[in-house]
Amino acid sequence: MDTSTASVAGMLAVFAILAVFIAGNAMDRLMGIHATLFFFAVAAWLVGIGLWAGKLGDRDPFDETKYEDTLVKFGVFTSMFWGVAGFLVGIVIALQLTWPNLFYFEQWGFTNFGRLRPLHTSAVIFAFGGNVLLATSFHVVQRTTRARLFGGMLPWFVFWGYQLFIVLAATGYLMGITQSREYAEPEWYADLWLTVVWVAYLLVFLGTLWKRKEPHIYVANWFYLSFIVTIAMLHIVNNLAVPVAIGSAKSYALFAGVQDALTQWWYGHNAVGFFLTTGFLAIMYYYIPKRVERPVYSYRLSIVHFWSLIFIYIWAGPHHLHYTALPQWAQTLGMTFSIMLWMPSWGGMINGVMTLSGAWDKLRTDPVVRMMVVSLAFYGMSTFEGPLMSVRAVNSLSHYTEWGIGHVHSGALGWVGFISFGALYCLTQWLWKRKSLYSLALVEWHFWLATIGIVFYMVSMWFAGITEGLMWRAYNEFGFLEYSFVETVEAKHISYIIRMSGGLLYFSGALIMAYNLVRTAIGHERINQPADAPAVSNPPAAASLQPAE
Amino acid sequence: MGLLNNHGILERHSLILTIAILITVSIGGIIQMAPLFYMENTIEKVEGMRPYTPLEVAGRNIYIREGCYVCHSQMVRPLRDEVERYGHYSLAAESMYDHPFQWGSKRTGPDLARVGGKYSDEWHVDHLIDPRALVPESVMPPYAFLAEKSLDYENIEHDLKALKMVGVPYTEEMIENAEIDLRAQVDPDIYFDEQDALVARYTEAAGRDGTVQIRDFDLDPDRITEMDALVAYLQMTGTLVDFSTYEAEDLMNRR
Repeated sequence: MDTSTASVAGMLAVFAILAVFIAGNAMDRLMGIHATLFFFAVAAWLVGIGLWAGKLGDRDPFDETKYEDTLVKFGVFTSMFWGVAGFLVGIVIALQLTWPNLFYFEQWGFTNFGRLRPLHTSAVIFAFGGNVLLATSFHVVQRTTRARLFGGMLPWFVFWGYQLFIVLAATGYLMGITQSREYAEPEWYADLWLTVVWVAYLLVFLGTLWKRKEPHIYVANWFYLSFIVTIAMLHIVNNLAVPVAIGSAKSYALFAGVQDALTQWWYGHNAVGFFLTTGFLAIMYYYIPKRVERPVYSYRLSIVHFWSLIFIYIWAGPHHLHYTALPQWAQTLGMTFSIMLWMPSWGGMINGVMTLSGAWDKLRTDPVVRMMVVSLAFYGMSTFEGPLMSVRAVNSLSHYTEWGIGHVHSGALGWVGFISFGALYCLTQWLWKRKSLYSLALVEWHFWLATIGIVFYMVSMWFAGITEGLMWRAYNEFGFLEYSFVETVEAKHISYIIRMSGGLLYFSGALIMAYNLVRTAIGHERINQPADAPAVSNPPAAASLQPAE
Repeated sequence: MGLLNNHGILERHSLILTIAILITVSIGGIIQMAPLFYMENTIEKVEGMRPYTPLEVAGRNIYIREGCYVCHSQMVRPLRDEVERYGHYSLAAESMYDHPFQWGSKRTGPDLARVGGKYSDEWHVDHLIDPRALVPESVMPPYAFLAEKSLDYENIEHDLKALKMVGVPYTEEMIENAEIDLRAQVDPDIYFDEQDALVARYTEAAGRDGTVQIRDFDLDPDRITEMDALVAYLQMTGTLVDFSTYEAEDLMNRR
């Protein structure tokens, strides 16, 4: 057994003992369940490592002359799995808002919207998005440094450790374990576990950069690095809390009221900025140039928009707190920087779209390229809508309404979803060394179903949000409020139906993708591919190290 | 563009790049957050604000557990329609003991910052058990199980201790008596002396009378349920500060 495997196994053993200790001292039932679950997961993990090491024989599992591609392949499938699961929960909660009696289980707290919505948001952002980021970052950093992932077993620890965090978070939500911090709901012990995993992730990433055989660090890696470093900072500060006891699943946040609100939205907005934006821009900076075989449009633009984006993003959080008890100077700062943010955002979009210069025909011939370019169009749209909604006057109408839900979904479904799907299509074809995907026609189907789904979603939520915003503030001729609150709820019913069908379309597209990817990985190819399909849009990357890509 | 030419240094040294990123992303947060811990109107105490009673803490924890914040805000904005619909706009001081805050970000249901006292306990209980029995157009999920689940308050003392550690001014006396205080607030027929002690403790902290409500909140006198705690919390929200003495036009309070 090599050193990295031994250290990972040793670390896991320590955590297993810790889990037993916590289970023994559990003050509440929930902590008992979670500590036991954690213990059995880690025990199974250790057994798995043991079995794997026993079968190795003379083979060097971490051969430095080869890329670590097996891990990336695992990542492709976990991304697909969590994506489908997360979208499905989204449809369930959309149904609940549309027909609340349909999923009506008065004795089952875990089926209620309040517990399922965090499950949906975390599943799509951190489980689906996070796995896409893990898989692509491990792929990109190896290819652009021409080095194998650092740390032998360590990247595998990051991968499985992250999955374990997802399971802890998801089961916790269903049982009612939550900090009530949006997009940071998991409790203190899950947060600590994620911190350990994240530090290992940073180490793997930096370690691989240190081993690089290229003098320069490629632009995609700047974005990945800013994502990893900043998420670490945000995660730690936003989750500062005092647990009730070591055996209790409950903790109390260190900050209260105004300070806590600003900390949370500093986190919340920058989870969007650094998880859902810089991470996925990194994907753009590698997969679009590779797929269309053109260099990145402008090196200067990438420098300017990278530094301005990460500098300005951090300031934008207070636009979530307009007209609240947060001092107005902070709100104004947040709004000002949000508007400034428009430019660096569009810098990224321009750099990505213009990379197609000289290869525009691929928009027509390669639906995967089209998917990634349309993702940039959605990115451009939602990064224009965001600054607009951050203006105080607009925000007074849009805040607390469905408009916000529509906004995040145009970004999430359009930008994050499409760029991820594009990367997953590329990765499956390249890593399994296939000449082509199983079926380009199915990619077309996926593209159009998902695009129409997003349009349904966005338009219905704009309509619902603006309607309810105007109804809340409507006065009748006698100077009284015109509508009771529940009338504004009723007014959204049709919009909810349209939103739900949009979600269904998007979900069916994802199922088609999953089918296509599995068939591609198996090695199938549909015989009746379109005649003008590109023979090979990109040579399958060899498993051994090769000249700079 | 000299700056751009020197960018090569960052591209060749991963640690310098990491540190440069860390500095760049730290500035905004520090400038916005640090002053909030010192500025008077974000840390001042308003008369009436007191630490939550053990029963209210337990109810608040159920509010958090069930994800109520997902659909209900607790932040009335100083806009004409909101003040008329919900009541006086929310003050910073009103969430000073909220670890974490519950301002929310979405109103699928109405704001709850001032729901305390607006409806009867009976209304809340019936509404939580089956929202559409009272409001046919509502899309709220049912919470009937709260009325059947006994409240687990064995460790409430530890909750108060943890809250004290993060800065809520619970006295030793409040912590020692947490469990009996909880029972006294919800069971009016048994604990006469304990009730007086509870009211005295929290009235002193509030600085004004009438902030502690004592009664059987879930209309089920036989036991203490999660419904008791949640309704007690809801009936307290927004009632602590006496707005007849609050001077909104005072320069310090303008916003």
